Amino acid sequence: MANLEDRQDARSARNGWLLSTPALVLLALAAVGPLFIMLVYSFLVPGKYGNVEWGFSTDGWTGILFSRDIFDDTVKLADAHLTIFWRSIKLSLLTTIFTFAVGFPTAWFIATRPPRARPFWLFLITIPFWTNLLIRTYAINEVIRIEGLMNTILLKLGLITEPLRIIYTDFAVFIGMTYVYLPLMVLPMFAAIDRFDMRLLEAGYDLYATRWQILRRIILPVVKPGIIAGSILVFVPSLGAYVTPRVLGGGKQMMISNFIELQFGQGRNWPLGAALSMLLLVVVTIALLIYVRYANRETSHG
Amino acid sequence: MPNDAIEARNISKIFGQGEAAVRALDNVSVSISQGEFFTLLGPSGCGKTTLLRMIAGFESPTSGQILLDGADVTELPPNKRPVNTVFQSYALFPHLTVAQNVAFGLQMLGKPRAEVAETTDRMLALVKLDQMAGRKTSQLSGGQQQRVALARALAPAPRVLLLDEPLSALDLKLRKEMQIELKRLQHETGITFIFVTHDQEEALTMSDRIAVMSAGKIQQIGAPRDIYTRPVNRFVAGFIGETNFLAAEAANGRVTLKGGGPTDATVESGRSGAVTVAIRPEQVRIGAPGEGSLPATLRDLVYFGTDTHCYLTLADGSEVVVRLQSPASGDVGLEPGAEVGLSFAPGAAQVLGD
Repeated sequence: MANLEDRQDARSARNGWLLSTPALVLLALAAVGPLFIMLVYSFLVPGKYGNVEWGFSTDGWTGILFSRDIFDDTVKLADAHLTIFWRSIKLSLLTTIFTFAVGFPTAWFIATRPPRARPFWLFLITIPFWTNLLIRTYAINEVIRIEGLMNTILLKLGLITEPLRIIYTDFAVFIGMTYVYLPLMVLPMFAAIDRFDMRLLEAGYDLYATRWQILRRIILPVVKPGIIAGSILVFVPSLGAYVTPRVLGGGKQMMISNFIELQFGQGRNWPLGAALSMLLLVVVTIALLIYVRYANRETSHG
Repeated sequence: MPNDAIEARNISKIFGQGEAAVRALDNVSVSISQGEFFTLLGPSGCGKTTLLRMIAGFESPTSGQILLDGADVTELPPNKRPVNTVFQSYALFPHLTVAQNVAFGLQMLGKPRAEVAETTDRMLALVKLDQMAGRKTSQLSGGQQQRVALARALAPAPRVLLLDEPLSALDLKLRKEMQIELKRLQHETGITFIFVTHDQEEALTMSDRIAVMSAGKIQQIGAPRDIYTRPVNRFVAGFIGETNFLAAEAANGRVTLKGGGPTDATVESGRSGAVTVAIRPEQVRIGAPGEGSLPATLRDLVYFGTDTHCYLTLADGSEVVVRLQSPASGDVGLEPGAEVGLSFAPGAAQVLGD
C-alpha cells in the first residue's frame, strides 16, 4: 500500500516536472540565457567598432572603478564613474525617502476613507500608469524647462525675474523619479494600512501615548512590511532608471543605466557595459535578499 | 463629596444633526465611589458604551461635565486622564510581546526602566501570565489575551479602570472564571472598576452597584439585591430576570389584582387607579384551590432540572409563570388543567412606577 503511494508520488512529481517544462525552457532562454551572455561578454575584449572579440580579459570589471590613461598607460581611480554611481544611489535613496514622506499620508488618507470612496482614490493613484512613461516624462520636461509652463507662469506673475533653471539638473531627475514611482510606494502601504486595526490607536491614546508616540511606537512598526515593500519597489527601479535621467537630466546628469547604454553605443566598450549590468544586478539582488530575510524573520515570530 | 472617584453631571450626547440627530445620552448623572465595582447594564444602543467612552475621553459630551476625584476632566484628552480601558476587542499591540504590551503605558508615562520592569513583572504575576512574558499576543488564547489586556490597563495604576464588555468574546466556562478573576483583581488592586455589560447575570454577580440604562437614560441605580427585588419600573423588572406583570387597581393605599384578590404591596397614598404589580416567578406559591388569594388554572409544566416552570392562567385571562424547585422525585405533583390557588411571598409583590 505504502509502496503504491510512493510510486504514485514519484509519478506525480515526474508529471509535475514534465508539465512545467515549457515554463522552465522559457525561463532558461529568456532570463538565464541573456544574463549568461552578459556574464561571458564582461570577460571579453572590446571590439574596435563595438561588439566583442574573443579573448579573456578582466578589463571590463576593473574598468568599473579604474581607468587607463591613454597617454602614459597609468591606472587611476575613475572619478567620473564614481560620480555616476554616487548620483544613482543618492537620487534613488532620495526618491525612496521622499515618495515615503508623501506616500505615507496619501496611503493613510485613502485607507481611512469610507469603503465606498476608496476605489475612487486608488483609481486616481493608478491613472498615470495608463500613459507611456516616456510621454509622462516629456510632460514633466514641458512643465519645468526654461521656457516651460512653470517658468512662464511665475514670470508672468512677477514672482521671479529670471527663469528657474531646474531642467537638466539632479533635482529635475529627482522630481521625475518621485512622480513616476510614487504609486509604487502608495499601493503596498495602502494595503498594509488597510489591514491596520484602528482600535489600536485608541488603545495607545488611552495608555498615555501622544499622537507622535502613537505614530512612532504603534502605526509605523505595525505597517512596516508595507513600508519596506514600497521602498524596495521604488528603490530598485530608481537605481536602474533610464528614461527619466535621459529626458530630464540631459546628456550630462547620467545614472548607471545611461552609463551602461553609453558603453554599448558611443563608448564601444561592451565588456564594461556588461560588467556594469552584472554589478547592478548584484546590488539589487542583495537589497532583495535583505528584504526577504527580514520578512521571513518577521513572520516566524508570528 | 471627596469620596467620589468619578462623577458624571447632567451628561447629554447628541450624535448627528437635524433630522438624523440621535440622543445617545439624555441628562445622565451618576457618581461612583472610590474602590467600587460599578456596572452599567442595558441592552445594546442604550448609551452605556457612550458613557464609558466619555469617561475614557474618546467622546466629549454635548453638554454636562465629567469629574474625576472632584476635578473637571471634561476637556482632557484620553492620554491625560488617569483612566485606562479594557477594550471589547482587547486591542493588543500585535508587534509587541506580552510583557511589552503591559509595559507600554508605563513607558509612555516616562517611568524609569527599573520601575517599568518591576511593575510589568508584578502585573504579569497578578494575571498569572508570568510564563508568557516573551510571547507574541497572537500566540495566546482568547482568555490569555483578555488577561494581557487587563494587566496592560492595570499596570499604570489608573484611578479608574473601564471595562467595555470584556467578557463577551469568551465562552461560557471561561467567562465564569474571568468573572471571579475580575472580582479578585478589583479586590487586590482596590481600583474603581466601571464595567459595561448587557448580561444581567454578570452584572448581578459581580457588581457593588448597578446602573440599569435604557434609551440614553439611567432607569435605576442600586445594589444588585435592590435592583432585583425592588425594580422601579417595568423596564428594569423585565430586563433583570423574569417577572410576572399583573394589572391591578390602587385605592386608599391598597392594591387589588384584576385577576382577583388583594396583595400586600403598598402604594403612595396619593396614587389611585390602574397600576402594574410585578412578582418574581420564584416568589409565588401554589396551593390547593381556595387556598391563597388567587384562583388559577395550570396550563403547562416545563421541567428545567433544578426548577420546574408552571404556566398558569388567572380568572381575568392574564398569565402567571411560577418557578418551583424540583423535588427529589422530579415530579411536582401537578397536572395541566388542575385548579389551584396562588399566594405571594410576603413583601415580594412590587407596584411599579410608570
